[in-house]
Amino acid sequence: MIETPKASPTVGLFVTCLMNLFRPSIGFATAKLLEDAGCIVSVPASQTCCGQPAYNAGDNDAARALAKQVITAFEDYDYLVGPSGSCMATIRHDFPVLFAADRNWRDRAEAVAAKSWELTSFLVDILGITSVQARFDAVATYHDSCSGLRGLGIKGQPRQLLAGVEGLTLREMKDSEVCCGFGGTFCVKYPEISVKIVDDKIRNIRATGADILIGGDLGCLMNIAGRLTRIGSPIRVYHVAEVLAETRLA
Amino acid sequence: MDIRSHEFQARAVAALHDASLQQALDKARDGFVAKRAVQVAELSEFEALREAAKTLKDHVLDHLDHYLERYEAAVVAAGGHVHWARDDAEARRIILDICKRVDARTVTKGKSMVSEEIGLNAALIDAGLTVVETDLGEYIIQLAGEAPSHIIAPAVHKTREQVSDLFEKAHGGPRLTEIADLVDAARLALRERYFQADVGITGGNFLIAETGSSLIVTNEGNGDLTQTLARVHIVTAGIERVVPTLDDATLFLRLLARSATGQETETYTTLSTGPKRAADLDGPEEYHVVLVDNGRSRMLAGPFREMLRCIRCGACMNHCPVYGAIGGHAYGWVYPGPMGSVLTPLIKGLDAAYDLPNACTLNSRCASVCPVKIPLPDLLRRLRHQQFKQAITPRRQRHALAAWRLLATRPKLYHALERLTARALAAIGGRAGRIRRLPGARGWTEGRDLPAPPGRTFLERWQTERGQS
Repeated sequence: MIETPKASPTVGLFVTCLMNLFRPSIGFATAKLLEDAGCIVSVPASQTCCGQPAYNAGDNDAARALAKQVITAFEDYDYLVGPSGSCMATIRHDFPVLFAADRNWRDRAEAVAAKSWELTSFLVDILGITSVQARFDAVATYHDSCSGLRGLGIKGQPRQLLAGVEGLTLREMKDSEVCCGFGGTFCVKYPEISVKIVDDKIRNIRATGADILIGGDLGCLMNIAGRLTRIGSPIRVYHVAEVLAETRLA
Repeated sequence: MDIRSHEFQARAVAALHDASLQQALDKARDGFVAKRAVQVAELSEFEALREAAKTLKDHVLDHLDHYLERYEAAVVAAGGHVHWARDDAEARRIILDICKRVDARTVTKGKSMVSEEIGLNAALIDAGLTVVETDLGEYIIQLAGEAPSHIIAPAVHKTREQVSDLFEKAHGGPRLTEIADLVDAARLALRERYFQADVGITGGNFLIAETGSSLIVTNEGNGDLTQTLARVHIVTAGIERVVPTLDDATLFLRLLARSATGQETETYTTLSTGPKRAADLDGPEEYHVVLVDNGRSRMLAGPFREMLRCIRCGACMNHCPVYGAIGGHAYGWVYPGPMGSVLTPLIKGLDAAYDLPNACTLNSRCASVCPVKIPLPDLLRRLRHQQFKQAITPRRQRHALAAWRLLATRPKLYHALERLTARALAAIGGRAGRIRRLPGARGWTEGRDLPAPPGRTFLERWQTERGQS
C-alpha cells in the first residue's frame, strides 16, 4: 500500500558516487525537479556510497557497513530519492536481504527500502506527476538501464515525462532493454567483452538517427558516452533528469 | 571433458576476434530471441505457467528422494534397470560395463548434455567403441572434433560454409551449400548407423515417476531411432529430471519449446518405458537408466538448490549479452552462459571457474526469461560471495575492497578524496573534457574515453550554493 504523499514531503537526496564526481549537474537537476514538485530537499553529508560495488564483489560485510551508513543517514526523511535505478535497486531490494539474519537492522533496512525511490518512478508513481515544464530541442533515443528496468520496473515513467518536454522527439531503438556492457566493475575486469556489447548498443542508437541518448543511470551513460567519443561520434549523452530540468533552448 | 574455464579471459578475447564465430552468433541471437518473443506474446498464460512450473519443481526438489524411489520402482516394474552414479567417473564406469557386457561395438547417441558432463564420448572411444552422434548439431561438432557451444544448439557457432567444408571432408562428393541438402546428407550418413548400433544412448528431458518413462524432445527424430533400433537403450539423466506424473511433464513441455527454440512444441516428443514387450514391433532388448548425481545432492542441500529447477532450455544464454558476444566455448566446460556460470563452479569447483560468476553484468535478462524463474544473477552473486569468503577472489581485488571500505565508511575523508579526484581528472581532461589514457584505469580507457568531470563535486557545490546539508 502506498500512502498518499504529504503536500511537502521531506526528501533526502541520494548522491550517487558517479554523479557526485563526474556529473554534478544531474544532482542539481534532480533537486530542481523534486523542489518543483513541492518536496523539501536535503542532502545528508554523512552519505557516501550505497555499497553495491562491495555487494557485487562478494564482500557482504563491507556491503552491510555501507548499508548501515545509508540507513542511518536517511531514515528520518519521508523519502530517499536518487537519480539512479542501480543504486536505488540496491537499497530497495538488497538491503533487507543483507540483514536477513539481524532483526533490528532488517527492520530498519526494510523501512528505508520501502521509502526509497528512483527519481522518475518517484515523480510519476508516488507524486503522480504527469509532465514537467521543460524544453529541449533534440531527437533522442532512450536506453533502459537494466537495474531500473528489471529491478524497479522503470520503463514508462521516464518516457511519460519526456513526452511532455517541448522540442524533444523520442525515437525508440532496437533492443533498448539490452545491457550496454557497463555492469559496474565488469567493464574494467572484462573490457573487451564490455566494448563489444557497447558497440552493439551504439549500432542501435545510431540506427535511430537520434542526436542525443538519454538514460537513467550514469554508469551506463558514461560507458556509452566514452565509447561514442572514442569512435568519434557526435551523439551526446544526457541523464533523464538533466533533460527534464532543462528550460532553455538546447 | 577437461575444464578450461580458467582460460576464460583469453578464450573470450579470441572469440571476439573470430569473424565467422561473430557472424554465427549475430544470426543465432536475433533468431532465438525474436522467435521466443512471438510465442510468449501468443500465450496469455505464459507467466502463470512459469509460476506453476517453479512451484512444481520446488515441490519435487523438496521430496526428491520420494519421487526418485517411485521412479526407480516404476522403471523396474516395466522391466528396466536403474543405476545410481555418484559422480562422472562412476557414471562412465556403469555405462562402459553395460557396453562390455553386451559386447557392443557401435554406440549411437541422441543429444545429451549429461553425457558431455560425464565425459562419456572420450571414455567410450578409449574403450574401442565407435561413437556416433545423431543430433545434427552434435554430428557436425563431432566431425569438427569440438564440444557443444550451446546446450540446445551445439553447433550454433558454426557458419553454413564451415558445415559445408566439414561434410565435404567427411562424406566426399560434391560440395553442398543448401541447408536442405546438408541435412539430407547427414540423414543418409546416419541412417545405416542406427541399424548397426548395439547401444543407443539418449538423455532424458523428463523422467516420469508414475510410469517410469523417460521423455525426450527432438526436432529431427534422431532420438527415436537411437532408442528404438539399438539392442540396448541407456538413458543418462541428472537426478533432478524427475517429475511426478505425465500431466506434470506437459506443463514443462509447454514452457520448454517456447523458451528454447521459440516453437510451440518440438517436432518429436517421445516417451520410452522399459524394454521391448512381447507385443511390441520395435524396441530395445534392455533398458537402462543411469541417474547422475555429480554434485546435485550438494546443491540440493545448500544455497544453490534453485539451480536444480533448470530444464535446460537455453533461454538464459540466448538472452545473455556476454554469451552473445563470445559464444559458448569461452566458458571452458560443458555448460555455457548464465546457467553454466552457476553450474560449472558448483560441479567443478569455485576456483576452477573463478571468472564465470564474475563475467556477468548482473543485467537480469536471463532471470526474466527463465521458464522456471531461477534467480540466476542472485546465484552468481552468491558464488562471488563464496569466492570472496574462501579468498579465491584475487588478492589485489580483496585489498582494493578493504581500502575502499575504509574510505567509504568515513564520509569526510571520502568526500575530500572525491574532491581531489575531481580536480585531478578535470585537469587531465583539459578543454576536450575527456580522458583518452589514464594509468591505473586501462580497463576503461583501452576501448573508451573517460568523460572528464567539471572539477568540483556535487556535494562541494551544493554546500556552497545551498549552504546546508
